Amino acid sequence: MSVTGAPRPRRPWKRLGRPRLSPSWEARAAFLPYLWLGLFFLAPFLLVAKLSLSDVVLAIPPYAPKLDWSAGLGGVVAFVRALDFEAYARMGQDGLYLAAYLSSLKFAAVATLILLLTGYPLAYGMARCRPSVRQALLMAVILPFWTSFLIRVYAWIAILKPAGLLNMALAQVGLPAVDILNTDTAVYIGLVYAYLPFMVLPLYAVLERQDDSLLEASADLGCTPFQTFWRVTFPLSLPGVAAGALLCFIPMVGEFVIPDLLGGSGTLMLGKTIWTEFFSNRDWPAASAVAIVLLATLVIPIVLFQRQQTKMMEQR
Amino acid sequence: MRRGPSAFNIAAITLGMGFLYLPILLLVIYSFNASRLVTVWGGFSTRWYASLFQNEQLLAAAWVTLRVAFVSATLATVLGALAALGLVRAGRFRGRTLFSSMTYAPLVMPEVILGLSLLLLFVSVGLPRGFWTVTIAHTTLTLCYATVVVQARLVSFDEALEEAARDLGAPPWKAFVLVTLPNIAPAVAAAWMLAFTLSLDDLVIASFTSGPGATTLPIRIYSAVRLGVSPEINAISTLLIGLVATGVIAVYLLNMRRRTPGA
Repeated sequence: MSVTGAPRPRRPWKRLGRPRLSPSWEARAAFLPYLWLGLFFLAPFLLVAKLSLSDVVLAIPPYAPKLDWSAGLGGVVAFVRALDFEAYARMGQDGLYLAAYLSSLKFAAVATLILLLTGYPLAYGMARCRPSVRQALLMAVILPFWTSFLIRVYAWIAILKPAGLLNMALAQVGLPAVDILNTDTAVYIGLVYAYLPFMVLPLYAVLERQDDSLLEASADLGCTPFQTFWRVTFPLSLPGVAAGALLCFIPMVGEFVIPDLLGGSGTLMLGKTIWTEFFSNRDWPAASAVAIVLLATLVIPIVLFQRQQTKMMEQR
Repeated sequence: MRRGPSAFNIAAITLGMGFLYLPILLLVIYSFNASRLVTVWGGFSTRWYASLFQNEQLLAAAWVTLRVAFVSATLATVLGALAALGLVRAGRFRGRTLFSSMTYAPLVMPEVILGLSLLLLFVSVGLPRGFWTVTIAHTTLTLCYATVVVQARLVSFDEALEEAARDLGAPPWKAFVLVTLPNIAPAVAAAWMLAFTLSLDDLVIASFTSGPGATTLPIRIYSAVRLGVSPEINAISTLLIGLVATGVIAVYLLNMRRRTPGA
C-alpha cells in the first residue's frame, strides 16, 4: 500500500460486473461477531443440552457424567453411555411440569390475542395522523420500551394491590373493591402492558406504508369503510400482524418477571419453573431440561420470525 | 389523500397512551410522597431521594450497573456494527444462515434460557462470576439489538458512494471511515444507547451470571420489590426513567435536527 494514500491505478471496468469474488473485507469484519456469538451463544446451548442429560450427584457442579477427553474415544463412548434422560423422565412424571408448560403456552397465546386487539386500533389510529403528529406518537410508544421493564411491572403492583390505587379509585366512585394482584388477571395485565410497544411498532410500520389510493379505489368501487378495512387494509397488514405476534409470543412463553411479581403462587409458567429449579431447588439438570423443552417448543416460531425479519430487511 | 384521524382513531390513541403512561406517571408522583405508605398521599416531599443517596448498597449496585452497561454497550456496538456490515455487504459467505440466525434469535429468545446457558458456560470453564461474566452476557444479548439497528440504516445507505470513494483511490478502510461511517453514525449512536439501556435494565440474565460483589441495580430493586412496595424504589425508578427518557429524547431531537436542514 502506498504510504501517502495517493491514488493507485485502478481499473474501473472491473467494478462494472459482479466483482469481488474473494472474501470482501466486510466478510472478514463479520468474523469477530461470528466468533463471539459462537462462543457465547451457540456453545452454551450444547452445555445446557448436555447437562439436561446428567444426573444430580450433589447439589454442586460438576455433574456426572464428565467428558474425559484424555481417555480418547473410549472416554467419549463412556460419556455417551452415561447420559440419561432422567431429568426428562421426571418432567414427564411430574404433572406440575406439564401444567406449567401448557399454562405458559396459554398465557402467551391469550396475551398475544389481547395485544393484537388492543395494539391494532392504536397502530391504525397513529398511521391516520398527520406526519408530524405520527412522529411524536411513535416516539411516545417507543419511550416505554426503553424504560426499565422491571420498573414498569413494579408500577402495577402499587395499582393492583388490595389497598392500591385502583381500589382507591373504585371506592371514590362507589364501586366494590377488586382483588387482582397475585392472580392470573394481573399476569395478563402485566403481559399486555409490557409487550404493547412490541406489538404496535411492527403493525404501525406496515400500516404507515400503506398506499391510501387503495382505500380510495375501494371506496369508489362501493365498499363501506368497514368492508374496505376488512378486505384491503387488514389483509395488507398481515406481515405486521405476524411480526408483532411472534415478537410478543416467543418471549412471553418464557417470561419470568411478570408471573413472579404479579402472579400468585398458583401461576405456573416455564420461566418461573426454570428460575425456581435453578435458584431455589438447585436442581441444575432439571432446570436445563425445562430450558431445552422450552427452546424446542420455540424453535419453529423463532425460525419463522427470523425468516420474516430477513425478508422485511431485504424489501427495503 | 390521507384521511384525518376519526373519532374512533383518536379514542384508540388516547386510551392506548393513557394505558402506557398512567402507571409510570403514578409511580413518579408517588415517589414524591411524604408518607411511607405508597398509596396514601401525605404531602409533597423529596425525603426518599435523600435517603436514596445514603443507601450505600444501592449506590454500589448503581455504580456496578453503569460500568457493566458502559463496557457491554461499547463492545456490543462495535461487534454489532461489524455483524451488520457482514450481513448487508458481504453477500453470501459460508455459514451466513447460521450467522444471521444467531443475530436474530437472542432478540426473542426468553432471557431465562440465555442466562442459564451462559452461566453453565462460565461454570464449566471455571470463570468466577462477577463483573466480567455479566458484561459478557450483556454484550451477547445487546449485540443482536445493535446489529439490527445498524443493519436497518446500512440497507438504505447507497453503497455507490463508498464505491466512488474507492474508485477515487481511497483504500477500503478509508472509504468506510470517511464516507460510510459518518452516514451510519446516528444509527451507531442509537445502537449504543439501546444496548446501554437494555443492560441497565436487565434482571434475569444478570441474576444468572453475576456473583458476589457484582450485584446490579435491577437485582437490588428486584429483591426489594419482592418484599413489597416502598417509596424508595419509586424514587430510584423515577431517577432511572428520567435518565433514560432524557437520553432517548435527546438522541431523537438530534436526529431530527440533522435531518431537517437538508429536507
